[in-house]
Formats: sequence, C-alpha cells, structure tokens
Amino acid sequence: MVGSVPRVDAATGSHHTEEDDMARYLLLKHYRGAPAAVNDVPMDQWTPEEVAAHMQYMQDFADRLEGTGEFVDGQALSPEGSWVRSDGPGRPPVTDGPFAETKDLIAGWMVIDVEDHERALTLAAELSAAPGAGGEPIHEWLEVRPFLTAPPTVTE
Amino acid sequence: MDEALLRALIPTAISALCRRGADFAAAEDAVQEALVEAVRVWPDDPPRDPRAWLVAVAWRRFLDAVRADTSRRHRELRVDGEPVPGPAEDVDDSLQLYFLCAHPSLTPASAVALTLRAVGGLTTRQIARAYLVPEATMAQRISRAKRTVAAVRLDQPGDLGTVLRVLYLVFNEGYSGDVDLAAEAIRLTRQLAAGTDDEEVAGLLALMLLHHARRAARTRPDGSLVTLAEQDRSRWDTRLVAEGVAVLQAALARDRLGEFQAQAAVAALHADARTAAETDWVQVVGWYDELVRLTGSPVARLNRAVAVGEADGPRAGLAALAGLDPALPRYAAVQAYLAERDGDPVTAARRYAEAARAAADVRERDHLTRQAARLNTELRRQAAADG
Repeated sequence: MVGSVPRVDAATGSHHTEEDDMARYLLLKHYRGAPAAVNDVPMDQWTPEEVAAHMQYMQDFADRLEGTGEFVDGQALSPEGSWVRSDGPGRPPVTDGPFAETKDLIAGWMVIDVEDHERALTLAAELSAAPGAGGEPIHEWLEVRPFLTAPPTVTE
Repeated sequence: MDEALLRALIPTAISALCRRGADFAAAEDAVQEALVEAVRVWPDDPPRDPRAWLVAVAWRRFLDAVRADTSRRHRELRVDGEPVPGPAEDVDDSLQLYFLCAHPSLTPASAVALTLRAVGGLTTRQIARAYLVPEATMAQRISRAKRTVAAVRLDQPGDLGTVLRVLYLVFNEGYSGDVDLAAEAIRLTRQLAAGTDDEEVAGLLALMLLHHARRAARTRPDGSLVTLAEQDRSRWDTRLVAEGVAVLQAALARDRLGEFQAQAAVAALHADARTAAETDWVQVVGWYDELVRLTGSPVARLNRAVAVGEADGPRAGLAALAGLDPALPRYAAVQAYLAERDGDPVTAARRYAEAARAAADVRERDHLTRQAARLNTELRRQAAADG
C-alpha cells in the first residue's frame, strides 16, 4: 500500500486551494464506528512480536513526520468516557454514560500540518498500513478531517 | 556558565528581596528578569559573587518596577532607597519559599508550577513544555498561583507534608521537553533535605534516588516498559543506590517512620537483590504492612497483595486482594499477574486485556496488551499441540 496514490474523494478533494499554505488535518482512529479493517483482529490476539512491530511502526511514523516538520500532535484516548451537560446556573453538571452501546468511539488522533490534502491522504494511508496480526498490514479505516482555518489577515 | 548553579541561587535571591520588603510576586518577577540578564552578561563578564550580583540586579529591577508603579498610583511602599546587604540566611529563607510555593491554598498543579519556577528557577516556557501545555496557559497558572499566595506571610511556618507531596508529583512526572523533571525533583529535595532535619524529607529523597537509579533499565530502546523482575540489574546506577540506602538508613535510625521512608525501604530491598529471585519478599510485605498502617491507602494494599503473592504464593496474593475495590487502578493487572502465576492463563489473558483498556497511560496500556498477547499466543500454541 505504501507509495500508491490514495483516491481522492470528490466531496473533499478540492478542500485545499491556497498554494503555498500549509493545512492541518486531524487523523482519527476509531475503537468502534469505522468500517471493519481488512485485517481485523483485536490486538490482544496478536503475538507479542506482532504487537512490538506495530508499536515500532507507529513510533517510526511519528518520528519521521517530526523529521519532515509535519507532525503537530498525537494522543491516545481512554475508551471510557461520559456525557455531560449543563443543568442551569448554580446546579451541578448532569452526567450520563459511559454507554456500552455507543456506536462511535475515538481511540486517538494525530494532527498533521501538510502541504495539501493529497499529502494528508497519503500519510493517513501509510498509518492505516501499520502491521497487525500475522505481520500483515491492518488496512484499517482512518478518518481524515481538515481543520477550519483562522480568517486571513489580508482579505483583499 | 553553570546553569544548575545559577538556578540554585534563585530561591535565596527571591528570599533576599522579600526580606528587604518586596512582596513575593514582585520579587519573583524581578529575579526572573535578573536571570535573563545573567544569561546574557555572565558568559563574557562573570561576576565574582554570583549571588550578590543576582540580588543587586534583581533589587534594581524591583525598584524600577515599584517606581513605575508608584508614579502611576502614588502608593505607599516599604522601600527605602538602596539596600543594605542582608545576612546569608540562605537555607531558612529558601525553606520559607518551599512552604509558600506548596501552600495548601494552591491546587497541586499550581503548587507544582510555582515551585518549579520560584524554587527551581525554570522558565515558564520550560515548565509549559515539560507539562505539554501552551506557554500562555502555564503563564496564567503561575500568575494565578502568585495571586493566591500574595497574602501569605513568608514568616509563617509551613506544612512540610504538602511540600513533599509537590516534590513527589514533580518526580513522578518523569521527563518530556528539555527539562528532566525527575532530576529537578531530586535537586530540589536534596536542597530541602540540606536545610531541614526531618525523617520524611530524607525518606522522600531516598525514595527518589533509589527509583532514579533504575531509570536506564526501566525502558527498552523502543520506549516500552521493562518490569522490575525483567530489568537488567547491572544497569542500575550503583552510586545512586548507595546514596539512597545511606540516606534511608540514617532516617530509619531515628525511629520516626513515615510513608516515604516505608516506600523507600521497599525500593531499597529491591535494590539489595542481585536478581529478582533473591528479593526478600517477606520483608517487602512487612514494609507494605507498615505503609498500610500509616496511610490506609488502597494502592498500598494492592501493592501488598503483589508482595504477598511472591512471599506466600499466588493463592495468598489473590486472597489479599479480597475486600479491595475492583475499580482501583491496576487492580485488574495485579489480578492477571497473580492468576497467571496460579496457573490460570485464560483468566490472566482476559484480565490483562481488560486492564489494558482501563490503563491510564499509553506505555502501561501497551505493556498490558503485550502481556495479553503473549498469553493468548501460548494458549493458541497449546491448543494446536493438543488438537
């Protein structure tokens, strides 16, 4: 997979217009809610060597992006969370959950700052090809979301 | 220029300004400004007496700020012209600064930030990077903390217990960014121990030294965790171990046990074993008993269960878990560990996977996932061999 050109979805492909402007993208990894990966085996069912190879791949990927000046941030999230909303002034917040049946669950993210949308897709695809069970690429689905930018100083 | 030396002068400089009538917040600002000046000037023109230089420059900065302020607001101030050099009461003064920065009115995060800045002499940028927050956020946290303690008088005796908890927090944060927080915590605790006569300060210093000694052995080159049992003990820093043990023994000899001494005693027993198998687990259990007695902490009881598992067998360890809340952090991991030793790899694998999902930090999560993967792989091989 690495090296092939990702297909650009018609709906988002024209996102990036400014030529010399870097753009930020959020790469989202889901615990649940994404379409099933090609190589879809939970990590605790891999061999320890496969787990180690996966971790190394992820680390190398982040290191390389730091080297190219494209890495901004990466964090993993706990699968447990809760919902919260205000219940009006002077009242404690109302919480709910965690909901076992929640369809979508974010596992973590990486923020990258890249030349264009195509580069973001290329990098996401590389991340998706991290090795998994049997040493084969996972080919999991990652979500790529462009950041909305701040308004430019010069507008005319 | 010796940065460590420079930073060691900061608490005494702040205290000197406070003694001359500056309030803490203004003194701290002035010393930070003098520090910037020192970094600029000293390499070409090193002062004969760095401390006197720092105090003199900081005092001038303080007076400048006061004059600007006074002319704006015509405020009455306790400032009379040029200072008389004060006596060198470094140690006592620094101690008051520790108390102030760890004042109980501060949240732990604020106390940590203020201690690192005013006692440790780190810049706001360094602290921000170490805690992975934006510099503006850290600057606000520090200035809010300074406002909170503004009314606290520096001559009140403080609470050593809160100081120790703050230093412990700093130590546990490890290191990220360009500052080694563990080393910084040791430096500050060492400085505190030099100026106090307290067994628990010594206990905390010993605990830090004994844990720091293992640092090189604690992670693999890929960043993954190595458990205590698996660590290459030849990579432990024997100099730090020797110092930690000496500090601890001197403290224990005074027979006023506290939680940091008890924790350090456990660490010393591990340091004393040439191999994991030689660990004196019966004594370790004894120290955890003391720790449970002193603190009543469920975490201490959880660790005690692990030690009991080693001393008296996994069944006894599992029995020692009874009565503890299964929602405790690391409860599932401890249960998995004991279950495996008890010959129940199926339960162990399941509990390791659950523990990984509940883990609070990435490296621990990865470690637990690997444990689950290892057991599941063995189980599959066995099933294949049997079938």
